[in-house]
Amino acid sequence: MSKIILEAKAISKSFHDPVTIPILKEVSFQITKGDFVSVIGKSGCGKSTLLYILSTMDTDYEGELFIDGAKMNGKKEQELAAVRNEKIGFVFQFHYLLNEFSVLKNIMLPAIKLGKYTLQEIEQHAMEKLRLLDMTDHALKSPNQLSGGQKQRVAIARALINNPLIIMGDEPTGNLDKKNSDVVFDIFKQLASEFQQTMLIVTHDNEFASRTNRIIEMQDGRIIS
Amino acid sequence: MRYAIIIDIAKALLLARWRQTLVAAVGVTFSITMFITLLGFMHGLNDLLDGLILNRTPHIRLYNDVKANEIQPINRLFSNDYHFINSVKPDNAGQKIRNSGAILQALKNDSRVLGVAPKVSAQIFYNVGAINLTGVINGIDVDAEQKLFHFSDYVPKGNYTELKTVPNSIILGKAAADKMLTNIGDVIQVTTPDGERHALKVVGLFQSGLQDLDKVQSYASVSTTQKLLQQTEGFITDINVKLIDITLAPTIAKEYAHIFETDAEDIQTANAQFETGSDVRSIISYAVGITLLIVAGFGIYNILNMMIYEKMDSIAILKATGFSGKDVQYIFKTIALSIGIAGGIFGLIFGFLLSNVIDLVPFNTAALPTIKTFPVNYDIKFYVIGITFSIITTYFAGLFPSRKASKIDPVIIIRGK
Repeated sequence: MSKIILEAKAISKSFHDPVTIPILKEVSFQITKGDFVSVIGKSGCGKSTLLYILSTMDTDYEGELFIDGAKMNGKKEQELAAVRNEKIGFVFQFHYLLNEFSVLKNIMLPAIKLGKYTLQEIEQHAMEKLRLLDMTDHALKSPNQLSGGQKQRVAIARALINNPLIIMGDEPTGNLDKKNSDVVFDIFKQLASEFQQTMLIVTHDNEFASRTNRIIEMQDGRIIS
Repeated sequence: MRYAIIIDIAKALLLARWRQTLVAAVGVTFSITMFITLLGFMHGLNDLLDGLILNRTPHIRLYNDVKANEIQPINRLFSNDYHFINSVKPDNAGQKIRNSGAILQALKNDSRVLGVAPKVSAQIFYNVGAINLTGVINGIDVDAEQKLFHFSDYVPKGNYTELKTVPNSIILGKAAADKMLTNIGDVIQVTTPDGERHALKVVGLFQSGLQDLDKVQSYASVSTTQKLLQQTEGFITDINVKLIDITLAPTIAKEYAHIFETDAEDIQTANAQFETGSDVRSIISYAVGITLLIVAGFGIYNILNMMIYEKMDSIAILKATGFSGKDVQYIFKTIALSIGIAGGIFGLIFGFLLSNVIDLVPFNTAALPTIKTFPVNYDIKFYVIGITFSIITTYFAGLFPSRKASKIDPVIIIRGK
């Protein structure tokens, strides 16, 4: 049996404003290394909320969360930031690239923050990621010179830079047209098959989900399959 | 590495909004410029006005006041009783300081004393034809007077050293000389209270800035004055002492009065009021300078707040990808401080230049013969205070927005899209 990377134990969350509405009800599951998981469900079913809890950015919940065997509950904000930096790569619906920096520098930022390699090595790694995504020509451009699909590919490169344990995606193809979402999906597929990259993608695109290895379907704050 | 990336991001954000940044920095520059100029100018004026009094006032003056003897003959006879005596008159001890040579020597050997200047002062009359004008002649030790009280500053015309070299010479007050229609090189007649008449050669004109003083005061050498008064070499009426530490004047004055059995007056007692004026002027200029800085601080605060609203997305993604709240806080503090430091340094430079310009503006007044331009003080202290305050105010201006930025919840921003 391969290594468990992420484990959720009885995670519950409610919104309290103006009245208490439960969003997640005792959600428990595991993700092992190499899993390519998609989470689907109707909007409002709590799938995004779950993702943000798993990402450690949202700390207001009940239950337990383990990433790479370490318990996340009770960690300080700075420690959680370090976990995100080293172990999690994010791809959001919107690309969130910093227009002040070149494409290359955008990709490098999390690695510079990690501080594990020298600047030259980081630059080399960033170029490798760009090559993987067929974006080397655009390395020195500003993000606002790129198309939506290209931006999303840069965002994926940024997610990959620290060789994370898991990549989390929140509707990564939500803003893209059919052609570009296919490109992005192919990249994910390639990452999963070639590099055994663990991925957890929240999507409402059932077609996208059907092509992943495992589908978690949610309804009313529970996992139904 | 960790700080390098924070500085890198801060720089990028700064340059992205360089116009606002520039406005903020110009605000700081302007306030520091004004702060430096204001303080320099104000202190220059203070020094000038203080100098008017301080430079010419001895820290301690030893003299014999005209007063009644405290021990009347009857006290010696019935020392335990209380006596009522009417119409006591001052005794005839004269204004001469007894044993002045030994006192001068003792003062010169005192390590707290910067210098001593003996003086003989006497009433005289200037004779102009049939008219007699009252005056006061001061016999001074020219070298000591110059060293301690900058005598030459008040002698705009003529050479003060000639008092030493030319026998029977006098430096007349400018106002008195104008009245007597005399000029340098003329010989004037003076009469002493004893009725002796002397001819003295005018070698210079004295201008103190105080018209009343210039009407009566004149200066001669100690020996010339002693000769006028037909006194011996030891005849000294005042001993002016300058101390190394002016604040000790009251205690030392008491000590001297006791040891030398003379009257002693210290500068604090003689000029109690004028320190207050200087202090108030300083306080006002500091207050104005610091107010300007605080206004500039609000400018920085506003711009940072705006920047944070604009850069919400960037802050969110930085936090998502592993930058902690502290890192984000450092980024915005770095922005604030670099505006403060850059603005402050330019402020210092412009402040210095503006001070220089003011220093060149002509400022002629009859009261101050040696002053040709506005006085400016270039004390390094103002520059240190200026840059320190600019850093402190910008730090606090950056503190609150940066705290806000550090508390931004990336989930809310990212989910909000």
